[in-house]
Amino acid sequence: MKKINRCNILKNFHQAKWDEPIIFELSKKGERGILVPEIDENIKSLFKLDDILPKNMKRKVLLELPEISQSRVVRHFTRLSQETLGADVNIEIGQGTCTVKYSPKINEVIARSDNMLEIHPLQDDETVQGILEVMYNLDYFMREISGLDQFTFQPSGGSQAVMVMASLVEAYFNEKGEKRDEIITTLYSHPSDAAAPALKGYKIIYIHPDENGYPDYEAFKLAVSEKTAAFFIANPEDTGVYNKRVKEFTKLVHDNGGLCCYDQANANGLLGVTRAKDAGFDMCFFNLHKTFSTPHGCGGPATGATGVTKELIKYLPKPIVSKNEKGFFYLDYDFSSSEYSIEKVRMFNGVAQVALKAYAWIMSLGAEGLYEVAKVAVLNNNYMFKKLMENKWIDAPYIKGKQRIEQVRYTIEKLTNETGVTSGDIQRRMMDFGLHYWTSHHPYYIEEPMTLEPTETPSKEDIDIYIDTLVYVLNEAFENPDFVKSAPHSSVCHQLVEDVLDEPNNWAITWRTYKKQNNL
Amino acid sequence: MKKIGLIINPIAGLGGSVGLKGTDDIYKEAIALGAKPKAIAKTRTVLELLNFNGEYIFYTASGDMGEKLLQEMGVNYECSYISQKETSGNDTIKCAESFLKKDVDLIVFSGGDGTARDIYNAIGEKIPVIGIPAGVKMQSAIFAKNPIKASNLINKFLINGIYLKECEVIDLDEEMYRKGEIQVKLYGYLNVPYDKTLLQNKKSRTLSSERNNQKQIAYDICDNMHEDILYIIGPGSTTKAIMENLSLNNTLIGVDLIYNKRVIKNDVTEIEIIDEISKYKKIIIIITPIGGQGYIFGRGNQQISDKVLRNIRKENICIVATKMKLAGLKNEPLLMDTESLEINEKFKGYYKVVTGYNERAIQKVSE
Repeated sequence: MKKINRCNILKNFHQAKWDEPIIFELSKKGERGILVPEIDENIKSLFKLDDILPKNMKRKVLLELPEISQSRVVRHFTRLSQETLGADVNIEIGQGTCTVKYSPKINEVIARSDNMLEIHPLQDDETVQGILEVMYNLDYFMREISGLDQFTFQPSGGSQAVMVMASLVEAYFNEKGEKRDEIITTLYSHPSDAAAPALKGYKIIYIHPDENGYPDYEAFKLAVSEKTAAFFIANPEDTGVYNKRVKEFTKLVHDNGGLCCYDQANANGLLGVTRAKDAGFDMCFFNLHKTFSTPHGCGGPATGATGVTKELIKYLPKPIVSKNEKGFFYLDYDFSSSEYSIEKVRMFNGVAQVALKAYAWIMSLGAEGLYEVAKVAVLNNNYMFKKLMENKWIDAPYIKGKQRIEQVRYTIEKLTNETGVTSGDIQRRMMDFGLHYWTSHHPYYIEEPMTLEPTETPSKEDIDIYIDTLVYVLNEAFENPDFVKSAPHSSVCHQLVEDVLDEPNNWAITWRTYKKQNNL
Repeated sequence: MKKIGLIINPIAGLGGSVGLKGTDDIYKEAIALGAKPKAIAKTRTVLELLNFNGEYIFYTASGDMGEKLLQEMGVNYECSYISQKETSGNDTIKCAESFLKKDVDLIVFSGGDGTARDIYNAIGEKIPVIGIPAGVKMQSAIFAKNPIKASNLINKFLINGIYLKECEVIDLDEEMYRKGEIQVKLYGYLNVPYDKTLLQNKKSRTLSSERNNQKQIAYDICDNMHEDILYIIGPGSTTKAIMENLSLNNTLIGVDLIYNKRVIKNDVTEIEIIDEISKYKKIIIIITPIGGQGYIFGRGNQQISDKVLRNIRKENICIVATKMKLAGLKNEPLLMDTESLEINEKFKGYYKVVTGYNERAIQKVSE
């Protein structure tokens, strides 16, 4: 049989397009999915509804739920699920900074087992020793990976973790009685590294890259002062450039009495290679839903595991999981008596299923495996980087001729100047082939940006398919720009008129506003 | 009925093809060297691609400045100005002024920075303008990327009435340019229908985010304004937002002086500034760089001269810039270009540029 070289074949793709009404429109009076048995007379006689339910809480009209059979419910939601570009449909290379890797299905099975589903955070500790042990051990894994001394799994996402770090900084200086109101960050760190501290009332100072693409150390020297509360940085930044001098940055901040906070959202190429503590950081966070495969992006709840040095443990949100001398695991609310502790940032102790999936993933790989993850993620990225840089339309600003870590922010400005086709147009056209593609956060500091991150999970064949498709689309943009500009052509969605949407004066986010705007 | 004013600068772009760097005073020389006019052909391309279905009429000048082409193409038009036999910048100005009387919805012109400057001198910000790039120098932000994009922009504007943005009219001093020296000047602002994919040098995701950014900067500056300080407010739309925030009259292209949140004087000259600053103990200058160029002094705000700056301390310079404006510099430093090398040297170094409310970016200023 002739072997087909699948690398060079563009995958024909068309999203399933169902003319599917909303479920309320499918409702048919009297139709049922489940027939709930009548309450037994014996039970009924035990309770009087009026006794247990206050009068003012009683519903006056019946709840208007859709009336619909089980098979129609299944069909409805299956169709809707097909009308998306989900992680299991496309080759997840295009969502740079998101570290969208393949998340083993076995971990989902474990997280959805009865042992997990039937427990509750308010149960007695002695009845949930298993999950507490998992969280306790996961804390130690994270300590080993970062060099820090204690982790919390309470923050339910990266931005909330940044918020926790900003709160820890605030608590630290409140206790010291020092008034410091400035936070320094870098241009290509995640925007949340500025946004969360800003929300807490800090002034934000941005460091732009120097001519070599690294955060400008001379500018940094001017920024650091006795007003500096902390330095928030992602390293590598979203450009994939790793700041090798980061220790000089953290030292300068410490010399001025400030704290150093590490956004480790881009840690996938660093596992087993560098550690936050060794680079001089006082705290850091990892996205379990990115780097530790639990998974990311509407695929489930998230966790921004936040770790600190010994000195800062007392400010962490409560509880953490501790173990007593008898080997008993418990939710520890008493690890800190500091009145400056930030106490709580969400219910209970974070999302237990996410912790469990991250634990399972780490256990399946081991220390060697984690290092292998980093190496393969960097190799995949640099393979892709080299291949893409051969294309005349693609460039990557900064550190010319050097390797990147786990992702690259490219630019297709040359193509845009020649054809008028923007990175946003390419993004929509890539969807026609069933592939995600991401530009960048706004504002675009790199013109017509394209941020790609292959991670360690795609095969070489997968990466080649992605590259071939991207090159095909770029060539198509040159030959037939209007076709690419009017993409998508095989999606369930039409093109959105963004300019109008982006003007807040045009928004009608409530029915009342809509009526007002249209004189209804 | 939509009314469109059309101005073709028939000699625009002539100098470039024969290496003469601009056409302002030398078009005869250019033609002798074999240059061929391009502006008319480019305008024809634009007009051919117009697909506005509603009723419209063109107003234009006689002869090569528009009439000939419109007549040839059989477009509905009326002459609102009779041009001279040998056209000059003066004809552009007079023709644009005639559009004011006709109350046109939009001016379309074909030319370069010089033509844009003439139109600005005639109409200021009163009528929206779309520029068809046909000159030698097109540093101004008002030009469409090419004739095809110009016609798209006109269609979009006539059909949907898209938003207007104040775009910079920048021109070189041509006399200096031919001597090999690049001297850019900010002449003013024209209102241009805004579409990020169709205009040159436009990086903003949206116009509203740019405006909101300017407002944030204005709030920051106004919240931190102190009493008993003379503030010298430089030109530009970012500094204009500060004046608007204070409900003060503002000179978009000039320099204003304020004290205790009141205007001392609008649109001051260099001498007036020097005279005023001698009366105050503390002075702060608030300026914004020229978009895409990065000049903070010496171009576009010559009133704040080296003689003025001699009396100002470096820490009393407050630079404001939107994030998009900084992004547009493509990692290049901000620039000083006053006539005094000593002053340029004095003010170089790093500055905390105000980029939003409670937000600063450390930026380098070079000579």
